[in-house]
Amino acid sequence: MPSHDGALLLEVSGLQRSFGRVPILRGVDLSLRSGEALAVAGPNGAGKTTLLRLIAGLMRPTAGRIRILGQSLAQRSSPIRRSIGLLSHQSLLYDDLTLLENLTFAARLYGLDRPAEVAASALEEAGLARRGADLPPRLSRGLLQRAAIARALLHRPKLLLLDEPFTALDASASERLRANLRDRLAAGLGLVVVTHHLAEVWQLASRVAVLVDGSWALDQPREGPLEAFLPHYHRLTSA
Amino acid sequence: MPDSLRLALAIAGKDIRAELRSRTALQSALVFAALVLVVFNFARDPTALSAADLAPSVLWVTFALAAMVALNRAFTVERENAALDGLLLAPVPREALFIGKLLANLAFVGTVELVTLPLFVLFFNVSLGHALPGLLGVTALATVGFVAVGTLFSAMAVRTRFAELMLPVLLLPFMVPPLIAAVQVTSRLLADRPLSEMWGWLRLLALYDIVFVTLCMMTFSAVVDE
Amino acid sequence: MTAEAAPAAGVVRRGLILSALALIGLAGVFVLALGLTPVEARQGLAQKIFYLHVPAAWSALLAFSLVGIASALYLWLKDARLDRFAAASAEVGVVFSAVMLTTGPIWAKPIWGTWWTWDARLTLTLFVFFLFIGYLALRAAVHDPAERARFSAVVGILGMLLVPFVHLSVYLFRTLHPQPIVLKPSAPSLPPEMLTTLLVSTLVFTVLYLGFVTTRYGLALADEAREQARDSS
Repeated sequence: MPSHDGALLLEVSGLQRSFGRVPILRGVDLSLRSGEALAVAGPNGAGKTTLLRLIAGLMRPTAGRIRILGQSLAQRSSPIRRSIGLLSHQSLLYDDLTLLENLTFAARLYGLDRPAEVAASALEEAGLARRGADLPPRLSRGLLQRAAIARALLHRPKLLLLDEPFTALDASASERLRANLRDRLAAGLGLVVVTHHLAEVWQLASRVAVLVDGSWALDQPREGPLEAFLPHYHRLTSA
Repeated sequence: MPDSLRLALAIAGKDIRAELRSRTALQSALVFAALVLVVFNFARDPTALSAADLAPSVLWVTFALAAMVALNRAFTVERENAALDGLLLAPVPREALFIGKLLANLAFVGTVELVTLPLFVLFFNVSLGHALPGLLGVTALATVGFVAVGTLFSAMAVRTRFAELMLPVLLLPFMVPPLIAAVQVTSRLLADRPLSEMWGWLRLLALYDIVFVTLCMMTFSAVVDE
Repeated sequence: MTAEAAPAAGVVRRGLILSALALIGLAGVFVLALGLTPVEARQGLAQKIFYLHVPAAWSALLAFSLVGIASALYLWLKDARLDRFAAASAEVGVVFSAVMLTTGPIWAKPIWGTWWTWDARLTLTLFVFFLFIGYLALRAAVHDPAERARFSAVVGILGMLLVPFVHLSVYLFRTLHPQPIVLKPSAPSLPPEMLTTLLVSTLVFTVLYLGFVTTRYGLALADEAREQARDSS
C-alpha cells in the first residue's frame, strides 16, 4: 500500500461549478498527497468529469479554491500546468498527424528536450513502437486509448488525472497500465482516477471516493475486498 | 520571448504539416478562389465594363472570400478529438498560441493568394509589369490585419451554432477597411500612379495591422480560456 | 417567485416610466418641429425629418459606444451586470440605427434626388448597424452564459475600435470620388429656433434610449430569475 505521508499535491475547497444555472458541483473538498491514488466513482452526471476538468484548469470554478503544489490554480502559471497531466474522454490527438508527430508536438508544447526521442520512448512504453507512423483514425479504439494515455504521461506530470483510462483496453494493456501507474505512484505521483468499474482500480487505489449529484457521498481509505464495498456503493448511488 | 516564439512556431508548424498531409482545405480554397474569378468574369457586361476596370475589386473580393473559407478551417482542426484542450493544458502563453495560429493561417491564406494571383493575371488580362513587388507588399499588409481578426473570430465561431455562417457575419465588417484600402492601392499600382497617391491608404493599412494584431492577441485568452 | 424577480419588476417599471416620459416628449418634439420651428428656406418641409434623424443617430452611436465601454469593463471586472447592459444597449442601438437608416433615405430622395448614396456618415451608420446585428447574432448562437458574455465582450471591444477605421477609409474613399450631393446636409450654422428644436429632440432621444435600455435590462433580469426558478424547482 502506498505511503500517505507524501507532500500535499492538491487541495480543493468548497468547489462549485454550474453550467448556466444548472449546478454540477455543489461544494467539493479534496486533498491529495504525493504517492496517493484516489479512485472516484459515481453515477452518470454526478460531476466526475467536470471535477477533473476544473482541477486541470480547463474550466473556472463558479466558487471555491484549487491549489496545486501550494499555488493557486487561478494563476495558471507554467510550472502548475507542467505538473498536471489529463486523460480525458477524447484523445487530444490530431487526425492528420502521425502518432509520433502528435507526441513530438506535445513534447514541444511542454518544452521537453529532444522531443522526438521523448515521443518515441513514450510510444514504446505504451506498446505502440511500431505504430509511430500511423494516423490516429487508422487505429482501433484500444490502440487509440493507449496513444492518448502516452500523451497524458509524456511530460511526467506530478498530478495525473485519468478519466476512464481502461476504456477499450484489453487485459494485457490494462495490466501494463496498472504496473506503470504503480511505478509512478511509488516515485511520488499523485493520481485521481475516475471510473465506473471499481474493479479496474481497486488494487491500485489508496482511497475511494463516491460523487453523487455534485458532492461527496463518501471519501475513505480503500480497505478490504471490493466485494465487501460494492453493496455499500450501490446503496449510496441508487438513492 | 524566444520561448514564446519557439512555441508559436511549433504550433504553426504543426498546422502546416497537418494541412500538407490532408491538403483538403487548401485544395478546396484554391478551387473556390478560381471559381470566384471565373464567376466574376461572367458577372459583368463586357460591353459596359472592361475587365481591367473591374480587376482590382475582383482580386480583393476573391482574396476575401477565399480567406473566409480558409479561416473557417483554422479551429475546426482543433475541435477534432478536443485537441484544443491539449494546447490549453500545456504551459503555452495564450499570446504564443494566438501568434502560432495566426502564422499558420497567414501561410495558408498567403498560399491561396499566391496561386490566385497568376490566375487573375491570366483571366483578367492584367499586365502586372513592375507593379508586382508593390502588389505583393500591399497584399501582405492587408492580409495580416484581417487574418488576425479572422483567427480570433474563428476560435469563437467554432464554439457557436452555425459556425460557418457566424464567421462571415462577424468578420466581413472588419474586412471593409483593409479591403477598401487594398483595392485603392491595387488600382493605382496597376495604373502606374506615383507612391504619393497611395501613401494615405498604406498608412491606414499599417495602422489597422498594428491595432488589430495587438488587440486580438490581448483578447485571445478571453476567447479560448474559460 | 424568487428573490430576484421583484427587483426585476422594479427595473422594468422604472424603464417603462422613463420610456413613457420620453414618448410624451417625442410628441412635444413633433409639435415643436412642425408647428413652432420655421420652415427651412431651401429644403422646405423635408428638412423637418432632421429633428428625428440626427437625434436617432446620436442615440445609436451613444448605444454603440456604451456597448464597447461595457465590454471592455466586463473583460476586466467579469461583472454579469455589464454584460446584461451591453446586450440591452446593443438591442436598443439596432432600433435607433434602423430609425436613422430609414429616415436618411426618406430625406435624401427629395433633397439629393436619390434614396441611397455612399455618403461617409450614412455608410458608417450602415456598418455600425451591421456590427450590432453580428453582435446580437453571436449572442444568440452561444449557449453558455459565461461564454456568451466573454465572446460578445471581445466583439464589442473590437467593434468599437473598428468604427474609426471604417470612418477613415470611407472618408478617404469619398474625397476621391465625385458625389451626387445637390446640397450640403446640415448647415453648420443653424438658426437659433432650429438649434433649440434639435437640442430638445436630442435630449428626448437620450431619455428614450435610457428608458428602453432600462426596460430591456429589467426584462433580462426577469428572464434570468424565471429560468433560475425553473431550474431549481
